[in-house]
Amino acid sequence: MSNRHALLELDTVTKTYHLGDVPVQVLHGVSLRIEPGESVAIMGASGSGKSTLMNILGCLDRPSSGHYLLDGRDVSRLNRGDLAEVRNRTIGFVFQNFNLLSRTSALENVELPLIYAGVGTRERARRAKTALERVGLAERLDHHPSQLSGGQQQRVAIARALVSSPKLILADEPTGNLDSRTSVEIMALFQELGDSGITVVLVTHESDIATYARRVIVLKDGLVQSDQRQEPARAVVPPAAEVKTA
Amino acid sequence: MNPLVTFRLALRALLRNKMRSFLTMLGIIIGVSAVIAMVAIGEGAKAQVEKSFAAMGTSLLIVMSGSSSAGGARGGFGSQPTLTWDDLKAIQTEVTSVKSAAAVLRSSASLVSEDQNWTTTVQGTTPEYFEIRTWSIANGSGLTQSDVEGGTKVIVLGQTVASRLFGSGDAVGQAVRIKNTPFQVVGVLQAKGQSPTGQDYDDGAFVPVTTFQSKIQGGLQKFLNGTIFVSAVSAADTTRAQAAVTNLLRDRHRIPPGADDDFSIRNLAEVAGAQQEGTKTMTTLLASIAFVSLLVGGIGIMNIMLVSVTERTREIGVRMAVGAKPHHILAQFLVEALTLSLLGGLLGVAIGIGGGAWLARSFNWPMLVRPDIVSVAVVFSALVGVGFGLYPARKASLLDPIEALRYE
Repeated sequence: MSNRHALLELDTVTKTYHLGDVPVQVLHGVSLRIEPGESVAIMGASGSGKSTLMNILGCLDRPSSGHYLLDGRDVSRLNRGDLAEVRNRTIGFVFQNFNLLSRTSALENVELPLIYAGVGTRERARRAKTALERVGLAERLDHHPSQLSGGQQQRVAIARALVSSPKLILADEPTGNLDSRTSVEIMALFQELGDSGITVVLVTHESDIATYARRVIVLKDGLVQSDQRQEPARAVVPPAAEVKTA
Repeated sequence: MNPLVTFRLALRALLRNKMRSFLTMLGIIIGVSAVIAMVAIGEGAKAQVEKSFAAMGTSLLIVMSGSSSAGGARGGFGSQPTLTWDDLKAIQTEVTSVKSAAAVLRSSASLVSEDQNWTTTVQGTTPEYFEIRTWSIANGSGLTQSDVEGGTKVIVLGQTVASRLFGSGDAVGQAVRIKNTPFQVVGVLQAKGQSPTGQDYDDGAFVPVTTFQSKIQGGLQKFLNGTIFVSAVSAADTTRAQAAVTNLLRDRHRIPPGADDDFSIRNLAEVAGAQQEGTKTMTTLLASIAFVSLLVGGIGIMNIMLVSVTERTREIGVRMAVGAKPHHILAQFLVEALTLSLLGGLLGVAIGIGGGAWLARSFNWPMLVRPDIVSVAVVFSALVGVGFGLYPARKASLLDPIEALRYE
């Protein structure tokens, strides 16, 4: 097990912010390994450091000390440009508030990562279309975010995360702005992605969302408090809901 | 990411806020159109001055006799004949930078046709004169060398004189009398218009210089009782020719070093130059005011780009999260600023040319669009866009993706 190539490997990662002259340490040395294909929920109360951990895992931020190996490569000291490239190739993001570009069609939103990957126009449209079909939005390619429901917007965001075939999907409270039925739909989609071999890491403070994950890591005060594997609950969409969202 | 994609992205973003984009461009539009229109009108005025000087003859020098001085009253240039016919010959043959030279003797005289009369300046000269003044014959023929040698009684009329004496009829072949001497009209000159001071060139008549001396105004045989028109081999050689003629005449007149010339030479290129200088100053002044307004337009672009960066902080965060590098963001905003300014510049060119033409027509000003100024204005507006877009674009590219994503 130990000589197998982990997808993510954190080695005593700390993060200290400086609020003016006062240093505030948020992560106190987090070490963890996530293997390819795992589905992991990171939980913790606000202030536990889970957002900070998420930012570091997503290569949006760098650790103050310690090492972070993503897909075998130490990314803890990369510069902004190189981190952007890592995000572009290896990571797909899903946010609580969707973060789609307004007044931009679903298709173009999904194409966005491919633009920065230098993919040509035609190939970009083809792959974006495939990704949108995969999340069940084949009929909504030209719709703008304002013309889509919350659940549909989050599906567009997931398609955007999927389009560059990343190894890791990072979801930050992906169901935080959704009603419970839509939340189950989205979780079902994540489980489906997990089954197809993509590593899904989601950050949440809702324990019922965490039950859909195979592994639950709980953070407290900047340290890993518990790390447990479990048999995940299957997210099954109630039949009535299917009729409504069809 | 290829430039075309970046450009399309910028165009999209600008079209999202059409009114705002237009108002932002307006500064550049006004600046560029002002530059184009002002310079076009300035250049038009310059061209008009040039044209009126060209009508006098290019690379022209006028040599006049010295002044007489009797009992303290000084007579002005030309009042005392100092130039001789031999001087003329010397100028024609000895100065290499001189193309040709001609004597002009003048007298006011009344020309009488069968039923009309008209008083004008009759000038005795040689065929070279018309060459120097670049003045050609409209009808009939000009004075010839044999006319000068033989002292024939032929006359060439200016357009004004011809129409005063013969109306719309053909003047060539008709007879006019000057002081009871009949002259045959052999030709009518082309219209030449006015001098820069408003004198009508076409109100004059020309006879062979020999005939002038024998029939109109007898003079001293040795002295040339008039002026000498000299043309240099080229406009650039005018100053050199002036110096050479001055030296030659001082030498011939045995004027010791330090003493004043007993003749004077008018260099029309100098007069024209002074006139040109005036219009050039005006053009420069107008153009610099217009360029300042371009700068103001640039500040407008910077202002709006800063607002745009703030408004679109979230978008920037999203783009960075999905893999936009800082230079992608920089390029995106820079190209937006560049598109605004360049589009403004091009619209400004169109409006500047159109507006200039309208002004020119309604105020009857001459106008001359200079392609180099047009391209300078467009390039300058692009530079303004890049210059003033750089700061907002850099600000955008330095945003922290985490904070940008959280921005409300």
